[in-house]
Amino acid sequence: MTRDEITEAVLRALSDVAPEADPATLRLDVDLRDQLDIDSMDLLNFVIGIHEQVHVDIPEADYARLQTLDEVVDYLVEKTAS
Amino acid sequence: MAEFVMPALGADMSVGTLMKWLKQPGDTVARGDIIAVVHTDKADVEVEVFTSGVLERVLIEPGAQVPVGAVLAVIREDGAPVAPAAAPPVAPAPAPPAEAVPHIVISPSARHLAEGLGIDPTLIQGSGPSGRIQRKDVEAAAAARETAAAPPPVPAPPPAAAPPTGPAVEDRSAAMRRAIASAMSRSKREIPHFYLGQTIHMSNAIAWLAQENLRRPVTERLLHGVLLVKAVALALREVPELNAVWHGDELVRREDINVGVAIALRGGGLVAPAIHETDRLSLDELMRAFRDLVSRARSWSLRSSEMTDPTITVTSLGERSVETVFGVIFPPQVAIVGFGTLVERPWISEGQVLICPVVNASLSADHRVTDGHRAGAFLVAIDRLLQEPDKL
Repeated sequence: MTRDEITEAVLRALSDVAPEADPATLRLDVDLRDQLDIDSMDLLNFVIGIHEQVHVDIPEADYARLQTLDEVVDYLVEKTAS
Repeated sequence: MAEFVMPALGADMSVGTLMKWLKQPGDTVARGDIIAVVHTDKADVEVEVFTSGVLERVLIEPGAQVPVGAVLAVIREDGAPVAPAAAPPVAPAPAPPAEAVPHIVISPSARHLAEGLGIDPTLIQGSGPSGRIQRKDVEAAAAARETAAAPPPVPAPPPAAAPPTGPAVEDRSAAMRRAIASAMSRSKREIPHFYLGQTIHMSNAIAWLAQENLRRPVTERLLHGVLLVKAVALALREVPELNAVWHGDELVRREDINVGVAIALRGGGLVAPAIHETDRLSLDELMRAFRDLVSRARSWSLRSSEMTDPTITVTSLGERSVETVFGVIFPPQVAIVGFGTLVERPWISEGQVLICPVVNASLSADHRVTDGHRAGAFLVAIDRLLQEPDKL
């Protein structure tokens, strides 16, 4: 998948847990939990959504690396390339 | 004959609006069946029936607002004689859907999209885990509908007198705020709260959970909140006076343990529906029930028994990095347990200072019902149970 395709998939997964999120106004470099009031259930559903769309299984130990949209996309680009 | 009445679905609910019937006169109903949907300030609630038999008559039409306790329908119980044909005529309700609503698992976003597109989600095959319907499934269903049908004439705008639907989201938020204000004011006015706190060592629970989730597929991972809820449920077995509600001037103990879980709603407000028989569920079952409950709470779709059955509520503000919660009891419950965030703190064990993950647990309890001694035993039991997570 290209970076753009991954970004699109991440935004789709995000819209499932935060339907009110407007991709046009989302900051790529700001903590997602702060931007979207995401809790642990939302985060788990987000990770499941990514798993379904990008086929990457994110271990819990890596959650701390996924604070912002940029970080999520970087992480997935790295995982899908390997 | 048994009466099916407008239930009290919250501490200060005095009226409710019947949204729709899910059964028609003549239909067989079994205890636990959902037969109607009622709108309250907090949610659209699917109301279950507690009598098995035949729905004899409906007395209230959809859209009507009636007081709590008003008879909505009459049910002929199993074995009871059929009512005489000369029974007083009643205004027939508009034809409701005859079939029961099947249980579906759907993301809030997908539900909103389906509603917006006018697609019945029960007709969609979900592609997510356990058949969960996602946005892409709704989009696919919409595309299939468009390609399957010849282009229809442009429909006229919907008439002003549309079928009853829930009030706008803004109205709901305001109504929910009022409902919370009313219930919490009553709680602080009537319930003599007292508060206890306990710092719980979480190394065992966190280590166990990490190992457990490592071997599980992502779709079956557990949240640490599930351990907390299960520990509370099991502790209630040890201190059963807290598994009760306060009615009038007396304590009414409950047999089943139905722990309410506070769920924050997107856009503000909260609900605290019950997970039924919490103590009997495995952690996997509890996690599935919790996910389902959060999904339905956030799409304003809860069941009447979930609103009325909790005897105690668990609330956690750990998500917001809050260390300690001092909760207000939801009447007519008699206690609320609060959990803060997981933090690392110095912990002295066998003369050594260790750095350990801990969580602050608090108990707000009704002093009419119990005292510090028993409430302390309850809090300590939660602590003890969390030290052996594999036995939860």
